Amino acid sequence: MSTTQPPDPVAGNPVAAGDRVSAEAIAAPRVRWQGRIKAEHIRDYGIVGFAIALFIYFTIASSVFLTKNNLLNLVFQNATIGVAACAVTLTIIAGNFDLSLGSIFVLSEVLAAWAAVHIGVVWAFPVAIVAGALMGTINGLLVTKLRINAFLATLATGLSFGGFAVAVTKGGLLITPTSSVFTFIGQNRVAGVQYPVIIFAVVAIILQLVLAYTVFGRHLYGVGGNRDAARLSGIKVDRTVIITFVITGAACGLAGLIDASTTGSGSSDLGGLGGQLALLAIAGVALGGTSIFGGIGSVWRTVLGVLILGMITNGFDLLAVHDYWQDVVRGILIIAAVGVSSVIDRR
Amino acid sequence: MSATAVAPVRLVSIGKRYSGTKALDDVSVEVAGGTVHALVGANGAGKSTLGKIVGGVIRPDDGQLYIDDRPVRYTSPREARIDGIATIAQELAPVPRMSVLENVFLGIEPRRRGLVQRRRMRHQYAELTSQWGFELDPNAEVGMLRTADKQKVEILRAVACDARVIVMDEPTSSLTSVETKTLHRMIRTLRGSGRTIVYVSHFLDEVLDLADTVTVLRSGRLVRTAPAAEETEESLVAGMFGVAAEAEHFEKPDGLSAPVLLDVSGLERKGVLRDVSLQIRAGEIVGLAGLVGSGRTELARAIAGADPIDSGTIVVDGKERRIRSPADAMAAGMAFLPESRKDEGLFMELSLASNTTFADLRAVASRFGVLRRAAERVKARSLLNSLSVEPPNPSMRVANLSGGNQQKVLFARWLFRNPRVLILDEPTRGVDVAARAAIHRLINDLAAEGTAVLLISSEIEEVLGLAHRVLVMRLGSITREFSADPPLDAVMEAAFGLGGSTTA
Repeated sequence: MSTTQPPDPVAGNPVAAGDRVSAEAIAAPRVRWQGRIKAEHIRDYGIVGFAIALFIYFTIASSVFLTKNNLLNLVFQNATIGVAACAVTLTIIAGNFDLSLGSIFVLSEVLAAWAAVHIGVVWAFPVAIVAGALMGTINGLLVTKLRINAFLATLATGLSFGGFAVAVTKGGLLITPTSSVFTFIGQNRVAGVQYPVIIFAVVAIILQLVLAYTVFGRHLYGVGGNRDAARLSGIKVDRTVIITFVITGAACGLAGLIDASTTGSGSSDLGGLGGQLALLAIAGVALGGTSIFGGIGSVWRTVLGVLILGMITNGFDLLAVHDYWQDVVRGILIIAAVGVSSVIDRR
Repeated sequence: MSATAVAPVRLVSIGKRYSGTKALDDVSVEVAGGTVHALVGANGAGKSTLGKIVGGVIRPDDGQLYIDDRPVRYTSPREARIDGIATIAQELAPVPRMSVLENVFLGIEPRRRGLVQRRRMRHQYAELTSQWGFELDPNAEVGMLRTADKQKVEILRAVACDARVIVMDEPTSSLTSVETKTLHRMIRTLRGSGRTIVYVSHFLDEVLDLADTVTVLRSGRLVRTAPAAEETEESLVAGMFGVAAEAEHFEKPDGLSAPVLLDVSGLERKGVLRDVSLQIRAGEIVGLAGLVGSGRTELARAIAGADPIDSGTIVVDGKERRIRSPADAMAAGMAFLPESRKDEGLFMELSLASNTTFADLRAVASRFGVLRRAAERVKARSLLNSLSVEPPNPSMRVANLSGGNQQKVLFARWLFRNPRVLILDEPTRGVDVAARAAIHRLINDLAAEGTAVLLISSEIEEVLGLAHRVLVMRLGSITREFSADPPLDAVMEAAFGLGGSTTA
């Protein structure tokens, strides 16, 4: 059921020169790049080609699309989803799932705003991230120690976290600290680039490096690919899984902080971005080609997936296509991406 | 038997590629009706692939499959089953959470108006089992059965849907010799009733004993198809490799005085292990014989920390260790090669290099857990080369290797750690003759270098050929001990609990 080439950093290269050549090797030729596009290449890199094609299409179709401001806005608008999606990629590669992203996001931002009002405005920053990490820890413990299916566990904790958020705002929807410190990261730019864009980029790069270049990252692929084998290889599987949930929780806390800082208030409204975050983030992960069964995927794919979904909103807005058609297109796109790779794998 | 005039299965110029590697190249075979037709070859020769093509599990890239002279193009095993072709796969795939009964009749349940007639199903089951001489509780959950019994379920499933052609892929690789005999008896009965059996195996003696016709494959190409009566083990090996394979019986040092590396005493696990004690010296290979279910695998898993124990002590190299997880056992210097490389061993989606270094990534990482990937590739490549993994390409996905080479990669992972104590559970399961010989030499060499080895195998010849000492397990305890090269029948008798006192 794999959907992509192994994300494994050392896999996928053509045979290096200087390989030992034996009689069997001649009888069974090795994999070699022959300059031809094969089905596997479409499966693995089709998404890159699609992103480029979409980019070119919008550039031609709309005179506004390819401008610095528009592109920055595109990324800015998807920064919170992107941060959450990059982090949940780790959880998914390790063979789990997290549906509580949106609720962690909402409760974190409400707590951040609450802390800003009641303790001191600088407390908003650590409170959001630590609260998110704690919520992630709860998810991780439920999934590992109580062995509750991750789908159900995070569906349930998501409900509770969302409820707490409304409780913290005492049934109202907003807590608004009036402070320029609170809105600092959401409403300022450095060298013309919004802070959320920079945060998204930094989170994505760090997580990609962790995944591809660290022992921990390799362990995630192992745990998600073959849990029993990972355990027999001495991996502390539970601890590894819990860490992925903590990272995801902290990232959602950070996303919540970005959102609160941008709007200038903590909102417990799950009718907005908070309610959609989990599905949009996971859609980005799936579109990028990370397998929801675990063991395969990478963060750069998720970034691409999130940006493609963002590009559709942005580009179609510029072309004045209605929202609902955008949703239809995004849905079809995800099915097409996942379907193509599954068909290619089955051949 | 006019039906035999038309070949039930005919393969013409079949070709199949996996990511550039030719698994099969222009292979044509005709299988006559009412015969046992064996497919033999080394690992990676394409025999399993060919079997899977007949069973509709895999689609060929080139060539044409004819069933009863009718060109077919199956897209699933289900379609093949409708044409009366059933596959019993190497990696058995029944529905684990359902009962034996439900598995046997899965998809062909006797029904009336859409409702399953359970009573009739039970009746048919009783008929089937008595007809084929099986004893298997129809209510048992398939997931709880051992491999040999799961296989019986698969065979029952094939005869229940009245398959005319049955493809068996390495059916005996996880069976004891007694179970193998039973299976062969059944295969003969199946043939007697006019059914055709395509038998994929690397056990040449079985093939010669059982088959009417043998097709030899080498590196995805057809070598020849000939009547089994005209072949010998030597001629088949020559066909498979182009050379003669050597015998595998190793010299055993007697009276080892090296220090004891592994000292297990009073190991208990309720219902599984009873007061098991054993010692292995440095450089010693201790073989563990016994029937499937005697507790061999369970003992290995308990020592390796894979399963919990209720009581008992494990002393490694003079130090008592509390082993509660595989990580504890590894820290103590042990390495455990599990029974199933697919389920518990390899990461199929990862590369050879990742699979090799996985159990000791610290060795190829800097202080902060950052992998040094160039160093990793170099180390992996040299280890893979020394184990003659083919191809020794560290970037390749392990799933693209043949079974024997996959097994070598699993060995590589554990050798990468330089273990003092090596526990091997079925180290040559599903591996061809050449790879098997290579693994045997490797085990012998490791012992010669001072590693303590605990060897478990369903193939008693393998245990006898390698072990310096043989322990026989029965019903969860060690019942007999033999020094090097015991007579085969004495070991067999002990395994069955016949004759002799409990400890020798």
